[in-house]
Amino acid sequence: MGNDVLLALVVVTALSFDFTNGFHDTGNAMATSIATSALPPRVAVALSGVLNLVGAFLSLSVAATIASGLVDTGLVTLTVVFAGLAGGISWNLLTWLLGIPSSSSHALIGGVIGSTLAAAGGHAVQWHNLFAKVIIPAGLSPVVAGLVAALGTWWIYRISRSLSDSARNRGFRIGQIGSASMVSLAHGTNDAQKTMGVITLALIVNGTVPATASAPFWVILSCALAISLGTYMGGWRVIRTLGKGLVEIESPQGMAAESASAAVILLSSHFGYSLSTTHVATGSILGTGVGRKGASVRWNVAGRMATAWLFTLPAAAAVGAGAYGLASLIGGSAGVLADLALLIAVAGTIYWKSRQTPVGHDNVNAEWAGSVEPVAVPAAA
Amino acid sequence: MSAPAPAAPWVDWTALWQIIVLAVVAGAALPALFAAGLRALRPGGRRAAAAGPDGSTAVTAGLAGIGVAGLCFAVVLAAAGWGIYAIVSGA
Repeated sequence: MGNDVLLALVVVTALSFDFTNGFHDTGNAMATSIATSALPPRVAVALSGVLNLVGAFLSLSVAATIASGLVDTGLVTLTVVFAGLAGGISWNLLTWLLGIPSSSSHALIGGVIGSTLAAAGGHAVQWHNLFAKVIIPAGLSPVVAGLVAALGTWWIYRISRSLSDSARNRGFRIGQIGSASMVSLAHGTNDAQKTMGVITLALIVNGTVPATASAPFWVILSCALAISLGTYMGGWRVIRTLGKGLVEIESPQGMAAESASAAVILLSSHFGYSLSTTHVATGSILGTGVGRKGASVRWNVAGRMATAWLFTLPAAAAVGAGAYGLASLIGGSAGVLADLALLIAVAGTIYWKSRQTPVGHDNVNAEWAGSVEPVAVPAAA
Repeated sequence: MSAPAPAAPWVDWTALWQIIVLAVVAGAALPALFAAGLRALRPGGRRAAAAGPDGSTAVTAGLAGIGVAGLCFAVVLAAAGWGIYAIVSGA
């Protein structure tokens, strides 16, 4: 086979997903540093963007594909990949509008699984691996990260209790910047690879490169640039929820949270689990609220996030399946173009909605009045 | 270490407890060490400032304090460097 127009569409859509992945996840690394004023907001997102770029090039072992082991890649077509990406992008944009830090990885996996289901049926999905490698680790990782962050916070405050507040804050701001940088680096390494994997999969499916090929250099470069640019744009709505909404954070807590995140993400990927950075970071921030005496944790905000997490896989899958259904109903490249038009319309509407209550570097740290956090609704397909 | 076999178990308990132990060391003990370093730089701190009977407030660290602090920060930096090395060498 081989349809280069369709392939180009898939590549552009994959890079768009990578971009939303970047700006959705800026907060995982930088929300705490922004909330405690360790870094000015715009410096924080620029630093994170650069480190994501570096991180994307750092790892020498580019992951095969995100889909291998989860779906039967022999049944995947370009249209399936495109529809899966549409599901991932839609969910990322919707949760960003609502200011909910949800997992970009789950959105992508969900989208691809949904479109594969629609295209080939239930036997094409490896359900056991989906649970063992994605869903169960996703449930455990925020708990582990939260425990580590709570313990770290408790230790830090015990050890540093004799310091004056100003001396303590000054010292820990430096530690905070260092640990947040590690999270940014790890994010670039982990998440940029997911899109590289998807594009490589599309190239293989299209017969452009042999099935055993690893990601070509232009794929690595373009994915690195897309995620870095997305990070630099700063998903201010998500940053605000993570930095101000969950817990009121001081800089020692910020350092504890980012250290716990970096440790859990790097260790897990060492053991072969590609976790959601978002789940880990959220768990850590919650943990650091639990670990400091007198800190108040807004459990209702946390509950809303957890609800959104439960919906991420099925909702993205529903959009992915719907997109595949529409594309195959119309058929051929025209079907994919119809999907694309719909996706652009959805993205435009969400962007327009976001401009009505803009959140940016200037108001990201405004007092939390329960505002940028509406009800978590499962996405309509 | 334990390469996930095709028929992976639902939960890899060996990997889980190793991740927990190592994450406590790297994610909680290291920041605690950083805190210890900060404290070594400012012996007494708030308490000395409050309870200086002759008006002297010993806020600066002695040579030993600076040495301890330097050691703490060096260990933290070394661990961060090792983490970056782990990323580069392919986790």
